Amino acid sequence: MSTSERRGRETATIETAQTGIADGRGMAPASASPAEMAQAAQEKAQVREVIEQKAGGGVSLVAEGVNAWYGSTHAIKDVSMTFRANEVTALIGPSGCGKSTFLRCLNRMHEVLAGARVEGKILIDGQDIYGKGVDSVRVRRHIGMVFQKPNPFPMMSIYDNVIAGLKLNGIRKRKSEMDETVEHSLRGAALWNEVKDKLKESGASLSGGQQQRLCIARTIAVEPEVVLMDEPCSALDPISTYKIEELIGELKQKYTIAIVTHNMQQASRVADWTSFMLAGDAGYGQLVEYGRTEQIFTQPQDKRTEDYITGRFG
Amino acid sequence: MAVQTARRAEKLPGGRVNLAGRGSALGDRAFQGIAFAFAASILVLIVTIFVVLFVDARVALAQEGLRFITGQVWNPNESIFGALPYIYGTIFTSLIGLLIATPIAVGASLYIVEYAPNWLRAPISFIVELLAVIPSVIYGFWGLAVLAPFLRDRVERPLKAALGDVPVLNALVEGPARGRDMFVAGVILSIMILPTIMSVAREVISTVPGTQREGMLALGATKWEMIKGAVLPYARGGIVGAAILGLGRAIGETMAVTMLIGNSSTKISWSLLTPGYTMASAIANQFADANSAVHFSAIIGVAVVLLFVTGAVNLVARLIVSRFGGDTRATGI
Repeated sequence: MSTSERRGRETATIETAQTGIADGRGMAPASASPAEMAQAAQEKAQVREVIEQKAGGGVSLVAEGVNAWYGSTHAIKDVSMTFRANEVTALIGPSGCGKSTFLRCLNRMHEVLAGARVEGKILIDGQDIYGKGVDSVRVRRHIGMVFQKPNPFPMMSIYDNVIAGLKLNGIRKRKSEMDETVEHSLRGAALWNEVKDKLKESGASLSGGQQQRLCIARTIAVEPEVVLMDEPCSALDPISTYKIEELIGELKQKYTIAIVTHNMQQASRVADWTSFMLAGDAGYGQLVEYGRTEQIFTQPQDKRTEDYITGRFG
Repeated sequence: MAVQTARRAEKLPGGRVNLAGRGSALGDRAFQGIAFAFAASILVLIVTIFVVLFVDARVALAQEGLRFITGQVWNPNESIFGALPYIYGTIFTSLIGLLIATPIAVGASLYIVEYAPNWLRAPISFIVELLAVIPSVIYGFWGLAVLAPFLRDRVERPLKAALGDVPVLNALVEGPARGRDMFVAGVILSIMILPTIMSVAREVISTVPGTQREGMLALGATKWEMIKGAVLPYARGGIVGAAILGLGRAIGETMAVTMLIGNSSTKISWSLLTPGYTMASAIANQFADANSAVHFSAIIGVAVVLLFVTGAVNLVARLIVSRFGGDTRATGI
């Protein structure tokens, strides 16, 4: 297959994916000026260019019988599910159902909290991240995470925020390579045009939505295979939310994405797969249903899923 | 107020709510007056201290003028009072104390906040804070009995042997090692200011948001990289403030320093082994022996300078701590 053929095929895939997302969305900013639209189009092209360089880079993540505790509190029980490569999987459910806890188990962030414990297997590329001799630090380099509240490092410049992960573990790159990575990652996070003239300014000087995209840039700068997002839009306004959702649609070409969200419309807009979790009377969260997003939202198999998505509780 | 309203909310005949009345306005006003008097008395006290110090220092300050703080000769017999050696001794010993105490305080704070198991945190903090309640004179005695001989034999003499022939650095170890000098005073100061620096540093480090730590860990940072990359930069301002607060304490410390610093040389020297003075130790030493009005006045003059320096240092420290204390820091959201 020639390069141009391959590029053509990938572009087609991306466009199909995009149309799908755009259809389900229906919340594009209403009043955009021609200049803004032109810039948006340019930005989209840039994101695509970045993505195309490593399309299909994600790997699947398989959770088998995951249990998690906070001290003696059993938070989630026997959750098994698959996050398919280069697809977006949404975790939905009412507060306290353990969806964020489960997400944090996926890159060994749960155990960072005092007294927190995990049992079960999580396989990336066939290897158990909780296996013997596995270094949690290495795991997190392959499975990145974007948090609920944008958390750029306020004492670092925008530039340094992006390369913060690259400076770790003795990775030494030349200045020119660093510059390249910064531009590449910021373009990939659809932030380059807004910040390219102020890379030396503090990361805290940006708006909330820009900060969250900076955090996405920081995450993809270390080139993980999987990106976990814990309610990434819950602290953002609708326009910023729209931008991030659009970005998720692009990023999945390169990464496997798992996203926790409280917002069911968001799940239906961005996710290929959706899983519904619920904490029963026993207090621990369990997986109720998992399937294609359309199926979960149009023909839920479980009564509890139906009750939740139709707004009967939660 | 709520209680009062509830108590008085009886119904009038006809069912209307009764809100009329003067409450206990008289008692309220009396208490307000008393509280004000207490608060004002503190202000009066401070003003009185300043006024008395200035009045008493006037004779010497008028005689010496600016030379009082730039002059290097302090000779009561010839009525020459240049306090620079004392000012220098204060700064030199305080900086030694600060240089030793700050890294220890920050390291210990990091251990308590980031590494120590929960059950160990409170005991360590308690023990460190215990250092703050030990009276100064006890530090002085312990310093004379234990610290000074130890430092003289195990630190000063080896240091002198090692640096004695090295150009430039040999200035640090000029003179005999007697164990009564700037270095010993600096070390005792470092121990005494440790709890001050540590309690603030620990507070500042523990207010670094968990999201900052997790953000760094999620990029694949080890714990140390997380501390270096996320915790320390965020806490930097507050740690500087903590150190300056410690400096303020070191500058004013009197008893233990007076017992250990030597009090015999007014030579301004880089040597750690100088048996010098600090402002506070000079006051303590000479106060009882002042036999002329000018000498007495000059000692009070040193006190005025000391008061200004500690006041300024504390003010700066508090400004920094309150600015970078953690909770007032905007993360831009």
